[in-house]
Amino acid sequence: MSSKKMISTDILIIGAGPTGLFAVFEAGLLKLKCHIIDALPQPGGQLAELYPKKPIFDIPGFPSVLAGDLVTNLMEQIKQFQPGFTLNEKAETIEKQEDGTFIVTTNKGTKHHAKAVAIAGGLGSFEPRKPIIEDLEFYEDKGVEYFVKDPELFRDKSIVIAGGGDSALDWSIFLADVAKEVTLVHRRNEFRGALDSVEKVQELKKQGKINLITPAEVTGIRGAEHIEELDIDHDGGHRTIKTDYFIPLFGLSPKLGAIANWGLEIEKNAIKVNNALDYQTNIEGIYAIGDVNTYPGKLKLILCGFHEATLMCQSVYNKLNPGKKFVLKYTTVSGVDGFDGTRKEAEKQVVKAIE
Amino acid sequence: MADVTIKITDRDGVMHEVQAPTDMSMNIMEVVRAYELAPEGTIGVCGGMAMCASCQCYVLNDVELPEMGPDEDAMLAEAFYVKPNSRLGCQIPITEDLEGLEIELAPE
Repeated sequence: MSSKKMISTDILIIGAGPTGLFAVFEAGLLKLKCHIIDALPQPGGQLAELYPKKPIFDIPGFPSVLAGDLVTNLMEQIKQFQPGFTLNEKAETIEKQEDGTFIVTTNKGTKHHAKAVAIAGGLGSFEPRKPIIEDLEFYEDKGVEYFVKDPELFRDKSIVIAGGGDSALDWSIFLADVAKEVTLVHRRNEFRGALDSVEKVQELKKQGKINLITPAEVTGIRGAEHIEELDIDHDGGHRTIKTDYFIPLFGLSPKLGAIANWGLEIEKNAIKVNNALDYQTNIEGIYAIGDVNTYPGKLKLILCGFHEATLMCQSVYNKLNPGKKFVLKYTTVSGVDGFDGTRKEAEKQVVKAIE
Repeated sequence: MADVTIKITDRDGVMHEVQAPTDMSMNIMEVVRAYELAPEGTIGVCGGMAMCASCQCYVLNDVELPEMGPDEDAMLAEAFYVKPNSRLGCQIPITEDLEGLEIELAPE
């Protein structure tokens, strides 16, 4: 369905959360290249999407680290291994080839050819939470958008954004300079978001660039073939407003999605793996690491995901290099040779007599 | 410290009477997960930070609960199926005061 070139890699990682990102590092030490698919537009998974500004206290060596900073650090740590990214796309189908390799195709038709697949999907891909409005689905792609993928779509249009969190505030601010008219609808007068975002919306409202309707709720959509107007309950009263687009931003909820149909053994919404060995699933060559997997005693912790990623890489290495003796190397001793030609190493000690 | 008895109606309408420990710093969301009254991945998605509303429940009787904090209040302002008796399970710690509490899990 797509004429795009096939992406080739050693390990295809599904999910750009902390576990998936760290797997790139461990794979790189073994000279294995990685490519990552993620449904969100940015790497980091839950950490970036749900709680970037919250601290995590159980990452070894970090008494406290903000989730967003951990993602930034992981991206820095893996950059010399030049991971590829297919963002904003969801892994949809997997086909095992006769030679034991895999072709994974996304919902947008991007094909990835890999020697092994590591599912690091956390709780699943994040899907928009849809408000309960009659005929909402009918208007999808006819004026209802759950993400702002291309702001140009809204140039010189009238848009209504609903929601009270950061994304509703931030997109209202951004689109105030793009759209003809921006209306922000929220059930409360109070918004929860970064203080500067709240203040900026306040300012734009005063300048007449954002039309704020609170406390209010969008209750209906009307239009023949495309959205034309919205019904809004506003502070006990009822009103309609004309609009070209309606963007409900009520957060995201994770769904295992298409991966659930890959023939993997699933228990309690998680993929069963062999934890005695290498976190491989019931299909040889497909691994599951991090929050997405389950085994006796499983703990959904980032630090456990790091461990699982490390053993997964080791298993893939052994599989691709049968019979080859493996000697564990410490980064402190051997340094880190990037695929980009960089080298990190410990400073040489000086051997010198003291006179 | 003793356990308290809580009645939890799951999303299929089935009522479960469960014993919740008061000495393990658990909250309602964690009790629901511990007893597997909702499938994994459909409750406690954010881990208990009042950031996803997947543990929304309706309080069915008048057992006194701790007051709602601003995070919970703001999250419920964005959630769906919210009723006047809605609370987030992750924001209600299990204490002896909860004895006899009856709740119902909100739809997913």
